[in-house]
Amino acid sequence: MAARKNGPVIALGVVLAAGLAAPLLTGSAPGFYLEVLIGGLMAGVLYSLVALGFVLIFKASGVFNFAQGAMVLFAALALARLAEWLPGWIGIPAGFPALALAFVLATGIMIVLAWVVERVVLRPLVAQDPVALLMATLGVTFFLDGFGQTIWGSDVYKIDLGISKEPTMILQSMFEGGILVSKEDLVATVIATLLVLMLALFFQKTATGRALRAVADDHQAAQSIGIPLNRIWVIVWAVAGFVALVAGMVWGSKLGVQFSLAQLALKALPVVILGGFTSIPGAIIGGLVIGVGEKMAEVFLGPPLVKMWDLAGGGIENWFAYVLALLFLMVRPEGLFGEKHIDRV
Amino acid sequence: MFYRENGQFKASYVEDQQILGIRQDRWFIFGLIAFALFAVPYLASDYMFRAVLIPFLIVSLAAIGLNLLVGYCGQISLGHAAFMGIGAYAAYNLVVRFPQLNFILVLVLAGLIAALVGILFGLPSLQIKGLYLGVATLAAQFFIDWVFARVKWFTNYSPSGSVSTAPIEMFGFKFDTPTERYLLVLVVVIVFALMAKNLVRGHIGRSWMAMRDMDVAAEVIGIRPMYAKLSAFAVSAFYAGVAGAMWGFVHLGSWEPAAFSVNFSLNLLFMIIIGGMGSILGSFIGAAFIVLLPITLNQILPVLGGLVGMNFGTALASHMEFMIFGALIIFFLIVEPLGIARLWAIGKEKLRLWPFPH
Repeated sequence: MAARKNGPVIALGVVLAAGLAAPLLTGSAPGFYLEVLIGGLMAGVLYSLVALGFVLIFKASGVFNFAQGAMVLFAALALARLAEWLPGWIGIPAGFPALALAFVLATGIMIVLAWVVERVVLRPLVAQDPVALLMATLGVTFFLDGFGQTIWGSDVYKIDLGISKEPTMILQSMFEGGILVSKEDLVATVIATLLVLMLALFFQKTATGRALRAVADDHQAAQSIGIPLNRIWVIVWAVAGFVALVAGMVWGSKLGVQFSLAQLALKALPVVILGGFTSIPGAIIGGLVIGVGEKMAEVFLGPPLVKMWDLAGGGIENWFAYVLALLFLMVRPEGLFGEKHIDRV
Repeated sequence: MFYRENGQFKASYVEDQQILGIRQDRWFIFGLIAFALFAVPYLASDYMFRAVLIPFLIVSLAAIGLNLLVGYCGQISLGHAAFMGIGAYAAYNLVVRFPQLNFILVLVLAGLIAALVGILFGLPSLQIKGLYLGVATLAAQFFIDWVFARVKWFTNYSPSGSVSTAPIEMFGFKFDTPTERYLLVLVVVIVFALMAKNLVRGHIGRSWMAMRDMDVAAEVIGIRPMYAKLSAFAVSAFYAGVAGAMWGFVHLGSWEPAAFSVNFSLNLLFMIIIGGMGSILGSFIGAAFIVLLPITLNQILPVLGGLVGMNFGTALASHMEFMIFGALIIFFLIVEPLGIARLWAIGKEKLRLWPFPH
């Protein structure tokens, strides 16, 4: 296994591209096709947001954080409920000012949460088996799900970003009927891009960012030159908490803040598989691939499947991402941009 | 003290190879089995059978299956409830399509079908391991969930998507009362638990443990990884399938695809973490813990809430249950990563050396 096996990856890429282009050849309208494509890309951006949190924590602490979904739910609940309660508590106007203050407070809450997790969960379990740490984050998931709903309530809440839900028509001159694009999705894309830029700047330009990258590269080496590991873990969990907050805000404004947000984050798992556990660009590209693949499969693959086997409805997007990731793992176990792993006895 | 093996000499190979080598262990286990078989049917109430004992026994069987895979072979599975679902639906279809089949035969066939599916979804384990494998098994979970929810053939074209079973009948005897059902489940569980106990100390079990401890090293000393891993998936899925068939037929009676969801899978995983990875006894302890915890919390929380003047509704109680669950898992991982079964083993060790500390 000296050289990288590129053949199967290229083959898989060709198959994917063919699958992507197939609906065009079978004569569906290009306008509709583009609409699905764009819809998929935007859903993909949202998956990327959740996947980013996974990758950040995995890079810095080697923990596969199953609780990222629960953190998204917790942050979104905090944001939604604080924005609702703050006007009553301190008399600031509801709407944008309340939301902004709630955002700041929720960020603070996520930082405290990061600190608590590091103290209570990570520090006693340091140098344990990765699977044990995964189980611990499963425990954190359950705790956060219960805790969040106990203190914030368990109904469906709204986050109002003040964007109209009306879709807009674009490119009417090029296609018959134009392409419907939701404004919310556009804003989400902009927010996600800003977040990624901020993270890139933070990682590349600040001293803390450099320390984070050093820890990600080699724990022991970083510690031996005096980087405080514990503080770095708090920081990286706090950053992941912030990413979860942003993801929760965007998802929450789209779907409403409810328990299913935590389940939705399970969708980010195939994304990190596809992109590789340690790659931030991988998380973004993986998210886009999964988003597009899922929408395409649902729209173009679902109906024929239902017709062929007389199914009781489609819903193949529930598993499509996972099966895609599974196939991908078979050809390339380390993901698109992951590091090659070599076993030694 | 009373637990020591002084004076118990093994004079033949048969004696040396007994499952329970120490006389006190043997007495304890035989006593427990005899108690469960002959005393419990007279002591427990119908509610006790329905809500506690039957689910506990069935779920222990599934936990043993998962423990064989995760605890003994080191292959993580986040989709084991799906294999239970396979067993349940396989049994349902067998009963619907071949009504004259004996229920025990149905159970075994359902287990075998689950084992086949287990081998299929175990194939990725040859390429990938650890966390990646966890996600691959999640793929199995979601795909199988979807298949049972959407493909009408499996639910025999029932309009609501849920299926209900006929009462169990064997050799002209109907298993109606909870006591009879409990005894049926108990016998099946005892047989399979002893089989598992035997399996893990034979050459298959040892090759699994070698795989778990270090797969590359195991391969170097001549253990075939494909054979070891796939046999672990097959046996584990077989146990899950049998447990699933009983869960559907004996415990639930009628069920929807959501009965075997990802949350059930995670619960099974928690059982073996809390009970003890790589321990058959641990599977029982963990299952008892997870089955009893919600029932106990439901009883205790309103009382505790009343003491401090709070009113615990059912929603809040279920959230508290989540929290306590999560906290306990973290607690056990930190304090005793090998589970309650390990505490039991330490206790026995102390007794053997008593009154000396070492």
